[in-house]
Amino acid sequence: MSLQKPLMRGLLSKRLKFHTPIAFSLALLVALGFKYIVAEPRKKAYADFYKQYDPVKEYAAMREAGVFQSVRPVGK
Amino acid sequence: MLQLTAGRAGSLLARRATAALSTSSARMASHDHEVTKPLDVSRPLYWDRVDIPLPDRPYRDQLTEADKSLKQKELAPWTQLSKEDKVALYRLKFKKTYAEMNQPTNEWKTIVGGTLFFLGLTGLVVIWQSHYVYPPAPKTFSEEWEAKQLQRMLDMRMNPIEGLAAKWDYEKGQWK
Repeated sequence: MSLQKPLMRGLLSKRLKFHTPIAFSLALLVALGFKYIVAEPRKKAYADFYKQYDPVKEYAAMREAGVFQSVRPVGK
Repeated sequence: MLQLTAGRAGSLLARRATAALSTSSARMASHDHEVTKPLDVSRPLYWDRVDIPLPDRPYRDQLTEADKSLKQKELAPWTQLSKEDKVALYRLKFKKTYAEMNQPTNEWKTIVGGTLFFLGLTGLVVIWQSHYVYPPAPKTFSEEWEAKQLQRMLDMRMNPIEGLAAKWDYEKGQWK
């Protein structure tokens, strides 16, 4: 009929000791994941794009397509 | 003629209503003898709630003779109470234990079902509305316009690195 006395003190610190390392490691994991899944590929995409980017050629193509207001296509 | 019948129907309904009200107390007496009179909400109420461990009044406040003697026994040192006495005293004070209070009901099925039902009804309303209420769509939504729009976006090289124009192959004139 006599039960064990329940824990009366230190409940918050016990919870923090358990959950804080988990929280930190999860946050670190998410940050690293984001870096290597999103940020690095994006940087690489930009680098690769500009490695073989010829602005003059692109300008000529866009001018031909007629998207500029200041210059008309070459056919006057 | 119509008004007469309406009047008579009205009085019939009134009589049936009062009859229902007067017999409701007699009928409900079979359920729980607490509800013989209407609930007096001007006095403290008893509620089984998880966040109110000690409700405003004990569950049974009209005690029988046996209960009253038990209450007298409660005034003496509690080591003299037997297990049945303790349980009886608990049941006098509370209607349900925490375990009984927390027992799962099937209420969630009603809620989910009702919610989905009304969502479906709303869907029907939306369909009717889109057919009968909405004005015709602007010309910018036509297939031809959208195709020309897409072509212009590609010509402008919109998002050429990671977005739209990046997915178009300019040499071959098709999607990559």
